[in-house]
Amino acid sequence: MIDVEHLHIRQGAFRLDDVSLHIPRGKYALLMGKTGCGKTTILEAIAGLRSIGAGVIRLNDREVTHLSPAGREIGYVPQDGALFRTMTVRDNLGFALKLRALPARAIKERVEQLADWLGVRPLLDRRAVGLSGGEAQRIALGRALANHPPILLMDEPLSSLDEETRDRMIELLKGLPQRESVTVLHITHSRHEADQLGEWIFRLQEGRIEVIKAQGAPSENITESRPQDRST
Amino acid sequence: MKPRLNPDWGYYLCLSILGGVYVILIVAMIVADLFYTSPEHLLSALNDPNIRYAIMLSLISCTITAILSLWVGVPMGYLLARTNFWGKTFIDTLLDVPIVLPPLVIGLSLLILFQTWPGRFFQEHFFGVTFQVPSVILAQFSVSAAFAVRTMRVTFEQISPRTEQVALTLGCTRAQAFWLVALPEARRGLLTAATLSWARALGEFGPILIFSGATRMRTEVLSTTVWLEFSIGHLEAGIAVSLLMIVAAVVVLILTRTLGLRGTGLV
Repeated sequence: MIDVEHLHIRQGAFRLDDVSLHIPRGKYALLMGKTGCGKTTILEAIAGLRSIGAGVIRLNDREVTHLSPAGREIGYVPQDGALFRTMTVRDNLGFALKLRALPARAIKERVEQLADWLGVRPLLDRRAVGLSGGEAQRIALGRALANHPPILLMDEPLSSLDEETRDRMIELLKGLPQRESVTVLHITHSRHEADQLGEWIFRLQEGRIEVIKAQGAPSENITESRPQDRST
Repeated sequence: MKPRLNPDWGYYLCLSILGGVYVILIVAMIVADLFYTSPEHLLSALNDPNIRYAIMLSLISCTITAILSLWVGVPMGYLLARTNFWGKTFIDTLLDVPIVLPPLVIGLSLLILFQTWPGRFFQEHFFGVTFQVPSVILAQFSVSAAFAVRTMRVTFEQISPRTEQVALTLGCTRAQAFWLVALPEARRGLLTAATLSWARALGEFGPILIFSGATRMRTEVLSTTVWLEFSIGHLEAGIAVSLLMIVAAVVVLILTRTLGLRGTGLV
């Protein structure tokens, strides 16, 4: 579950005021909006990568507002994948597991399980440079999921892919909450991605978050996700 | 079929002529040195115990200087590239001072520093610096470190902070993200900074002359050897030592560039 309450962020001339968002546990949610409207800012605030002025962030009922990114138990897939170029694909996928000093056998099993699911097993021992956009994004997704985080945050992960690769990635992402027991927040400006993936769809427009779709939600939940009175 | 001439040949020819003048100047200087000396002069220089000492001290002091320059260049370059802090512009400007100051002024400033109360205290209670081997390293470091800082700053500026952010979300502390992700990505910058610092230290002369003196078998390095030989009229020996410095610099540049590019697919 992702709960954002009365979030205030200021960065230079840009500001977001009193933004609230609620995504139930195990749902695949998409946050849509025009370029520069603040979608990534909200995602980075949830990830702990951006300081906030005020507000509360809870992930699976645990308040994480002042925790470091490492303490939030999240997976994060940035727009460009941001693979560790000096490492092999195997080391990228197993990075979070090695960090936690898991046994080599457990790391190998998890990495190969992810590689099979993502279709990147032939790339495992290759350095993470010169990969196609689709390969890079699949590896970035696997790296984020390796340690079984309960929350997955993705920032326009499909925006730089061609249509065919994007559709293949969409097929991979479908059913992700059930497969990995994860709550997903996926930032996009693509209506196509929203139609294909979104159980819950939000739109950020002029600093307000509106619920566009809330599959299987009782009506009071939808109301809860609407923004509070906005002072600016 | 006759190969077609590149339609932009005139443009590239102009660029080549303009830039090539500098290449020709470098080659001409080296060729002139080569013709002025002989293998006998080179062998004679290599057999001279004073020059052998100068070669050894140069190699050791330049290597220590390069390591120390990286030691300060990496953290300072990272801070300047990644963070904003009060007084950053001032610090940034200050770090350029050793680059723009006349070398003699740096030597003089170091000499005066070690004549002040803290400088004297250090020399009395730890080890002697002025006119001794540590002064050679400090004189080289004072200038070389500024180049290492500049190089590392540019290196970190060119590396996206996004990979470090991902590492943080995967469980890294800031220090782990730096050590495991940012520093390996900065590998080529590290090599460049080390090479630049080493080469700059090898060529350092002014500060060493003022701060360390040019005492044979004590503080004499290759750059001071050239001056000493020249000042007593041994021009051939001076040229022979100059050629040794050129060879050393070229070997270091080739080695570090080749090693630095290995694994990147560029060599």
